[in-house]
Parts: sequence; structure tokens; C-alpha cells
Amino acid sequence: MFNQQSPFIQKTSSVTQVMLLVMLALIPGILVYVYYFGFGVLFNLSAAIITALVSEFIILKMRGLSVKNYITDGSAIVAASLLAISIPSIAPWWIIVIGTLFTIVIAKHLYGGLGSNLFNPAMVGYAALLISFPAIMTKWPQPIEYLSIHEHLNIFLYGLKEKVDGFTSATPLDFIKTQLFLGNKVIDTSSYQSYADATKIIGIGYLLGGIFLWYKKIITWHLPITFIISLFVIASIFWLIDPIQFQNPMTHILSGGSLLCAFFIITDPVSGPTTPKGKIIFALGVAVLVYLIRVFGGYPEGIAFAVIFMNICVPLIDKYSQPKVFGHD
Amino acid sequence: MKIIENIFKFNGGVKAQTRKSISTKVGIQKIGIPKYLKIPLRQHIGNLPKLKVKEGDVVLKGQLIAEADGSVSAAIHAPTSGKIKSIEKILLPHPSGLPDYGVIIESDMKDKWIKKIPINWAKIGVEATIKALQNSGIVGLGGAAFPSHLKMGSKATKINTLIVNAAECEPYITCDDMVMRERSEDLINGIELVESLLGAKNTIIGIEDNKPEALSQLQFHTKSHKNISIKVVPTIYPSGDAKRLIFLINGIKIPKGKRSSEYGIQMFNVATIIAIYRYISFGEPSLSRITTISGNITKPQNYEVLFGTPLKALINQSGGQKIKNDNFIMGGPMMGFKLPSIDVPVTKAMNCVLGAEPEMIEDKKEPLPCIRCAKCAEACPVSLQPQELYWFSKSDQFEKAQEYKLFDCIECGCCSYVCPSNIPLVQFYRYAKSELISEFRAQEEADVARERNEFRIMRLERERQERAERNAKRRAQSSKEEKSKLIDEKRAAISAAMDRIKEYEKKK
Repeated sequence: MFNQQSPFIQKTSSVTQVMLLVMLALIPGILVYVYYFGFGVLFNLSAAIITALVSEFIILKMRGLSVKNYITDGSAIVAASLLAISIPSIAPWWIIVIGTLFTIVIAKHLYGGLGSNLFNPAMVGYAALLISFPAIMTKWPQPIEYLSIHEHLNIFLYGLKEKVDGFTSATPLDFIKTQLFLGNKVIDTSSYQSYADATKIIGIGYLLGGIFLWYKKIITWHLPITFIISLFVIASIFWLIDPIQFQNPMTHILSGGSLLCAFFIITDPVSGPTTPKGKIIFALGVAVLVYLIRVFGGYPEGIAFAVIFMNICVPLIDKYSQPKVFGHD
Repeated sequence: MKIIENIFKFNGGVKAQTRKSISTKVGIQKIGIPKYLKIPLRQHIGNLPKLKVKEGDVVLKGQLIAEADGSVSAAIHAPTSGKIKSIEKILLPHPSGLPDYGVIIESDMKDKWIKKIPINWAKIGVEATIKALQNSGIVGLGGAAFPSHLKMGSKATKINTLIVNAAECEPYITCDDMVMRERSEDLINGIELVESLLGAKNTIIGIEDNKPEALSQLQFHTKSHKNISIKVVPTIYPSGDAKRLIFLINGIKIPKGKRSSEYGIQMFNVATIIAIYRYISFGEPSLSRITTISGNITKPQNYEVLFGTPLKALINQSGGQKIKNDNFIMGGPMMGFKLPSIDVPVTKAMNCVLGAEPEMIEDKKEPLPCIRCAKCAEACPVSLQPQELYWFSKSDQFEKAQEYKLFDCIECGCCSYVCPSNIPLVQFYRYAKSELISEFRAQEEADVARERNEFRIMRLERERQERAERNAKRRAQSSKEEKSKLIDEKRAAISAAMDRIKEYEKKK
């Protein structure tokens, strides 16, 4: 009945197409990631995608929804991929499976499925893992400490054995936090320099993907630009107060998942705000929280918690950031 | 003449494929006079006009067959000469598919004109001219069919600027484009005339940049006209929407519920201006229009068609549908509607008929849930939040939808056009609006009923009080003497009656 009414023409776009473009945009970042941290990344990605598709299939069947219509929308694959690339490349398979199940079953479908989830599914999965398995979630390999595919597969299947423990390293944010906790001043950066360099390049990979998404009009500038500028400004203020205790702003932007967060995490439309002003408020909020959690909180990385917290505020933000309707200003 | 470059860009809009060139390859063609013309009496917004002819009457081309009834109404004329065959209910090109009164003329094929009487407006004055215009039958030919004289007669507001809507933003439609290419001289003469009647100081023609041929014609014919300027606006649907076009041109945002005349602006469509010119300068009332037939059609083009001509004649002359599916759309693909039947006549509002392309009518994909991507908000030319309106409409929270300015929605279809989840958004808004309107009506009726009831209770109470007062007054007035007198009288009457009974029994 509906197709008997105007408009009779439609732009050829679909949710699937949107998700496909997001996946394409992730490729540069993922390639650099693999280069620095090895094939484990790909194992993680495959495991996450397979778990996502299987669990989504089962849940769709249980909910009596059309598997064909919903599984092809690609949203489960995107959420699983974002989770997988946030997890260290030397994590065992069951970490990925548990995280993905959290993402798809709990954060997505228990909240009503596509379009209804209040929280960013990938970040819910990540937060669950970080709280439950902090040791595994913060253990990263030394960049370009090449392990063979075989060794990666071994780690993926059986977990990290003690004898290879020597090659892991703390992230810069983690290292500094620990040192400050121990009362030391951070002057020697050599212990994490290579890691910092690697994340910088990976970040640039995500930046390229983000620019692609912006060019394709999948995302607007509001969220990423506001996030990056806000984080830069806050970090600058603290850094100018005390450059020894606080890291310089560029480190904050180029380390951890800042750029992934800017272009791929907070741009999740479902759990984010819809108005231009709302996007600016949201991104500012995430940036402030990320900084506070990183510097003053109990976890080395605060993106997941910051995003989840700001997701709670979205209905409020949307309500009070409505743009002026034509002729009503 | 000057071309103004700067425009004020409104939010959103869509760049749809215009598909206009398919119907502009040949000039405007005429459709021959059909044997029978079915002329609906209501071809405009407003009252049904008063019938002036009866069955069997012989009419001439241009003769009045129905007169405007009240100010919000328009006259109807015989499009050709012939005999009134019958006056009956006929099918109309309307989404409802309901029949309405119409006059059926059997053409005598002579096409004989009634005596044309041009109006010397300078002599009889503006007011008399506007009054005369009511019997011209001219309505907005852009598709809205609003009686044109109503847009001239507002004495309360001073009109400074006449804006000529030559944007024609809907895909496929080219009737205005072709009119400008072929009849620019009439248009410019009409502009001078309408500008004078309105008392406006200047005129701006707003035209989309996808009509270079029409633009060069306009430029050529307006060379010596200092009061007329042309503003080329980008091809973004819906630039031809009156309020969007005014904003593009003047930067004035006219809100819902206000008229442009309150801002000193009046807008007419190009074809309407020519119709006014032809009526006043030549005495020719509104008998025909240019209609685009396009889309899934063998020979898409523009025709000059007499009102009342069967739509089928137009379709047949264009070679019918390329891919046969017997579905036709009146108006453009963004805001038009599917014709419930093609057994309908061409009317004043019929600017375009589209043979439906298969993809226009095929079952659309099952909509997916809204992912709040806000593509619709980015496309909305009214800066609404369609995703919120959708949510409220879907969950029957109509008051919330109203709060989010549901009634500002112009149903242009941009949101539905861009939605990646294929949600028929506009349909949800139409539903919410109709629910709210029936709610308002029910509320109004309830209010009237409550008022009546309250009045009745008040009246009964008042009457009761009045009666009590009257009785009290009467009681107070009668003194003791009067009372005993009354009692004596009654006693006397009773004893008299008793005497009569005794006498009656004695007689027995």
C-alpha cells in the first residue's frame, strides 16, 4: 500500500551500503595494524565476524525476524570488527568470542536489535572484557616483534605462554600511569617509544578512512573534529601546567584508540545524537571523559567508558539541541 | 534586466535525477478537439461554482458554464463550442477516486469563439479588474489550483515584489520550461501587467540552472525591462516550493501559517501569469493548459490540452506506455499521486502525467529499522528532525510530533528519498497529521457540545429561578383581604355546585 504514495523515486542507498563503506574505510587502519602487531589481528577479526554472524543468525531466528533482511545489513560485522581491532593482537580466541557475544547478543539484540541499542555495542563488549580480563586486555606485543603466523595461531588458540611474555609491553598511557602511581617522573620514553610510533601510524590509517567516510557523506565533520579539538585543548591545558606529569596533547590524540574513536566509534548513528549541535556536545563530553579517565581514572584507556556514559545522555542532548525549524527563528 | 548571482541556500534538499530532457525534444504540440469533453466543476481549491447552463444548451468556446460562488471559488468555461450533453457525476483525477459533478459537452468541432472582450484595466481600475478576474477561471497552474484573483486582492498588505516561480524543481516536469522557451514574450507582458495590478515595484524571476534555453529567452525578452531581474537558483529539489524559493531569492524565511503577502511578496507561476495576460489583454478565459506527459511513455512531450479532454487521448497520442503496467502518476514523482483511474479528464491542476516506471510501483523492499543516521534531517528543507517525527508518529505520540513541528512538514518527500532503511517517512507524517486533524475536529465538536450543554443547564437554572421569582412576587402581592375574598368566592362556587346536584337529584 505504501508504494502507492509519493515519493515514487528513491535514492539507491541502503543500510548495507553504509556498512560496506564503513568496512572499506577500516581497511587502511587494519592493514597498518597487521603490519605492526602481526597476523593475530586477522585471527581476531575472523573470529569476531564469525561469532557475530552465528549469534545474530540464532537470535534473529529466536526473535522470528527475517534472517535474510537483517543479517545482510552488515551492522553486526561492523560492530564485531570494531571490537576485534580494539583487542590486543595476542588475545586468545575465547576473549574474542565472549566480547562479540556481549556486543551482539546483549548490547544489540537484547536492547531491540538494529536501531534500538542505547549503547555502542562494540564499546559494551570492550568494557565487559576490560573489567573481566584486565590482564589480557592490556597486554600488547612489542611492535614489529614479528611472530610467524604459526606462533600467532598458537597464541590465538591456546593463549599466551609464559616464555613469550618478555616481548609484551605496556601502552604509553599505561606505562606513564604506572610510573606516576609509583611516584616516578616520566623522562625516559624509550620503553614505549616504538609502541607510540606504531599507534601513531595506525591512527593515521583510521584518519584516512575517516576522511573517506566524510567524503562519502556517511559521517559529518561534527563528531570527529569536535572530539579531536576538544581532546587537544584539554590535554594542552594540563600539559602547559605541568609538562612532566601530563603528556603532550599530540600523544593523547595519536595514542590509544583516539582516532578510531573519533571516526568510527562515536560516529555510530544508532547510539549517538542526531542534531548538529548535539553531536558537538556529545563529542566534547566524550573527549573530556576520555582524558579524565586516562589521566585520573583507574584504567589506562577510557574510550569505552566515556562513550557508554555519553550514550546515556543522548536522549537529553537530542531534546535540547533541536535546530530551528524553517521560519521559526 | 539583470541577473542576480547571490542566493541564500536553504538547508537540505536533494539532487534527484531530473530526467527533464526526455520531454523537451519537441515543442509544445496540440491535442485535437475530442468528441466529448468532461469538464469537472471543481477544478480549484474552494467552493463548487454555480451552474449557468442546462442539458441541451448550445455553448460557444469561452462561454461561462459555471460562475464562481463566493470569493474562494473560480469560474468554469466551455473549452470549445458544442452542446451540453449532460450534467452528471464524473470521475476526477484525485487521489480519492471519488466522482464529482461535471458538465459533458458534445463538441461540434467548429471551435467557435464567443465574443472576446478584453479588459481595459487602466480605465476600469485595479479593483474592478481583479473582480473581473474571478470570472476568468484562472487558478494557480503550478498544480496547487488556488484561485488567482485571491492573490491579487489583498488591500491590507502592500506588495513590493512580484516573484515569478520558474524553478520547476520536480523531476520529469517541463511544462513551464517549454512555455518559457516558446512564449516568453507573453510572459514578460504578463509580468508587466501583474506587477501593475499588484502595485509592485519590481519583479524577480526565479529559475533553476537546468533550463538554459528558457533562461536565454527570458534574458532576451527582458533586455529593456529595468524592473525585472532574473535569479538563477541551483537545481536542488524543492527549490520551486514557494517559501523555499522566496528564501533562495530574498533570504526571508516565511513560517508555516503566514502568507508571503504579509512580507510584501506575491508569487505566481509562469503559466498563471500568461493566463492572466491572455484574459485581460485578449478576453480569453482559462480553457487549456500545457501538460507534460513523460516517464514510462513512448513519446514523452508537452501538449496544449483543453480542459475536459480525456486523459486517454493524451496517453494515446504519446504512444502509450513503453513498458505496459497501466499505472499513471499525476504530478511529479516526488509529490504526485497515483491516478486511481485513467478514465479522467485533463484539469487545471494537471501539470504532468507520468507513465509509472516499473521501479516506481513495484513492491519496495521491506523497510529496516531507523538507524538514526539523520540523513533525513540533512535533507529536510524545513530543518525538521524527520527521524524524531517518525518515532513519534509510529508510536502514536501525536502531541509530541506536533511539538516537533509536524505541521511545518511540506511533504516534499526528501526524507523518504534519502532514507537508507527505505522507511516511507512521509506516509507516517500524513497519517499523524490526519490523526491529529480528526482529533482537533472531535475536540471542536466536543467543545461545541459541552458549551451547548452548559448553556442548557444555565438556561434551565435561569428559568427555574425566574419562575420562583414570579411565584414569590405573586405571593407577596396578594394581601390577606384578597386571600379571604378568594376563599369566600371558592366556597360560594362549591355550595352553588352542591345546590345544582341536589336539584338534579330531585328532578330524578
